[in-house]
Amino acid sequence: MASKSKPPVFESWGRYPKLDVRLEPLFWTDEYPRGTRLPPSVLAVGMGRSYGDVCLLEGGTLLSTLGMDRLLHFETATGLLRCESGVTLDQILRFAVPRGWFLPVTPGTKYVTVGGAIANDVHGKNHHVAGSFGNHVPRFELVRSDGSRAICSADENPEMYHATIGGMGLTGLITWAEVMLRPIASRKIRYTAIKFSGIDDFLAISGSSRSECTMAWIDCISQGRAFARGIYMQGDYSEVMEPKKASPKPRLSVPFDFPSWALNRTSMRIFNELYYRKQLRRQVTGQIDYEPFFYPLDSVLHWNRIYGKRGFLQFQCVIPWRYGRDGILAILETIAESGMASFLAVLKVMGEIPSVGLMSFPQPGITLALDIALKPEVTFPLFERLAEMTRELGGRLYPAKDACMTGQHFRSFYPQWEQFAVYRDPAFTSAFWERVTADA
Amino acid sequence: MRRRRSQTESLEERPNEARAARTDRPRSKQTMPKTVLVLGATSAIAQAWMRLLAPQGASFFLVARNATHLDSVGKDLATRGAAAVYVETIDLDETTAHAGLLERAVDALGDVDCALIAHGVLGDQAAGERDFAVAAASLQTNFLSTVSLATWLANYFAAQYHGSLVVISSVAGDRGRKSNYIYGSAKAGLNAFLDGVRNRVDREGVQVLTVRPGFVATPMTAHLSRGPLFATPDAVARDILHAIEHRRDVLYTPWFWRWIMAMVRMIPEWKFKKMDL
Repeated sequence: MASKSKPPVFESWGRYPKLDVRLEPLFWTDEYPRGTRLPPSVLAVGMGRSYGDVCLLEGGTLLSTLGMDRLLHFETATGLLRCESGVTLDQILRFAVPRGWFLPVTPGTKYVTVGGAIANDVHGKNHHVAGSFGNHVPRFELVRSDGSRAICSADENPEMYHATIGGMGLTGLITWAEVMLRPIASRKIRYTAIKFSGIDDFLAISGSSRSECTMAWIDCISQGRAFARGIYMQGDYSEVMEPKKASPKPRLSVPFDFPSWALNRTSMRIFNELYYRKQLRRQVTGQIDYEPFFYPLDSVLHWNRIYGKRGFLQFQCVIPWRYGRDGILAILETIAESGMASFLAVLKVMGEIPSVGLMSFPQPGITLALDIALKPEVTFPLFERLAEMTRELGGRLYPAKDACMTGQHFRSFYPQWEQFAVYRDPAFTSAFWERVTADA
Repeated sequence: MRRRRSQTESLEERPNEARAARTDRPRSKQTMPKTVLVLGATSAIAQAWMRLLAPQGASFFLVARNATHLDSVGKDLATRGAAAVYVETIDLDETTAHAGLLERAVDALGDVDCALIAHGVLGDQAAGERDFAVAAASLQTNFLSTVSLATWLANYFAAQYHGSLVVISSVAGDRGRKSNYIYGSAKAGLNAFLDGVRNRVDREGVQVLTVRPGFVATPMTAHLSRGPLFATPDAVARDILHAIEHRRDVLYTPWFWRWIMAMVRMIPEWKFKKMDL
């Protein structure tokens, strides 16, 4: 009936690169590295929602943590949750929201594990007030390939703590972690959406915003007068006490791969035009549920299939304030000129709160993130050019989103990489790490 | 040899949280089990099933072989709202220890509504074909130890005139196949045994539910490639809870296995013996 030969298929969210991976599921926190019939190189992986190859490994073994999904302790008074590392943010919300608690920081999808959120030190719409995910993880346990297990926090094994947060999973296996949740009174978000006509308008609105959660959708196809127009979205948790139920499971799913021509310049232009025009007034306010506010794309499962079998790349940079405005403009112009379109481009101001991770991506400035369908002859040269511009502007790219930055670029974005490499577990590596350190 | 350790302890009680969480998910009107004994509590299906009960404030007595794993399962249930969690580490192959164990469970829980027997091993079919000791070990775990537990529990439930005895069997018990007939024969024996027990104690108000899952994505099947027939432990757990609430006798889960196995049983033996199954 079931055959025993075919390995399970495992792709990262961008579906590029496609590598042969071997998946070994872990169900208990004490399973690794006992019974080591595993090959020497391994990497822990959760939901595989990072876009490129930080969660892939060719010729080694991916340790799937999804079976380690137990909640271990919850302090009702403080909101401190201890859970195994394969627990997803979705599972945390199902548990916490009815009890009046919410994630301290959440990325644009709830389908990531706690281990993945720590390893990539993910950030969210509230970065300017809350920092990144690692800022809310006081403690975790790290298991190394030599079998040693260590509790890591700012006081215990602090070097390993700082190296593991944002450490791309390379310092060992996180088995459990503590996350400090934040209280909420209701599922509702008080929400305002403001149209802006260009980057200066964006910066003016952004400068005067006092909201806890902010981000902007930006049209990066239209040129001329409509260039860099967009919608600024801000929200705050409603303070009106209401009963809170867990969210229903999503019903929509993209059942098959779209053909690669489905997303083209014209369809994207139409999408961007409609998206900008669906809001008639300059400013709209109201109350919405947290699901569409934080996770608009999670309502459609497998949305990455709209980019077809070939997959897509995501570009995310952060440009420091010094060159922020002009830098972002130059990058947007380069993308628009390339003819490569993106229907999902996001602009956000990053705050001053320092990340606790040695290799964390966030830094003060403006961050731009967008998806671009994969057309090898156009996309790779464009990304190389964008990476070079980012370097010249003193910014950096986000490894969790990346599938093609050069080793040289990586090492100039993260000059601390050699200091970090000391803490890497000799058995842990990833396709990303191999790629960016091969020519060092 | 497997280590055997016996200890009974209670994780902290959280009645308030249980009450808060009770509004999470409205369930059907039939009563959910409130005091639950689970043998083989670290099995994936058992864990998924207990997670459905914990937010409703159920109390658990958990039995498994691995103390570390059992501890994390107990903590998970306590965190999710279980009113009380008792754990005991024991190797269920030792049938002489069963009576004492079950008495301690009844003692701790006060009164048991529902017992789930979920322990089992897939075993090494190829080794069992050559070595009777391997086959006998599989029968000990999958058949004899369950017979011992079910006998005690059926009598206990019959004496109190209520209770649900739920046993995880398998579709593998419906017909012997060359790829896993040792495991399958243990389950087949179990199915017949449970039919008989049901026939005896149904009139005392006791439910005996034989659960026959198909392929479930669990550690037991981690070495198989996951085809479209694989169900999640969560889906199987929901089916089991539904079957308890509706006092079913035999549950195929997911549902389509009832029809698949009906067809498999209809194949004439002269044909079946030549098939690669």
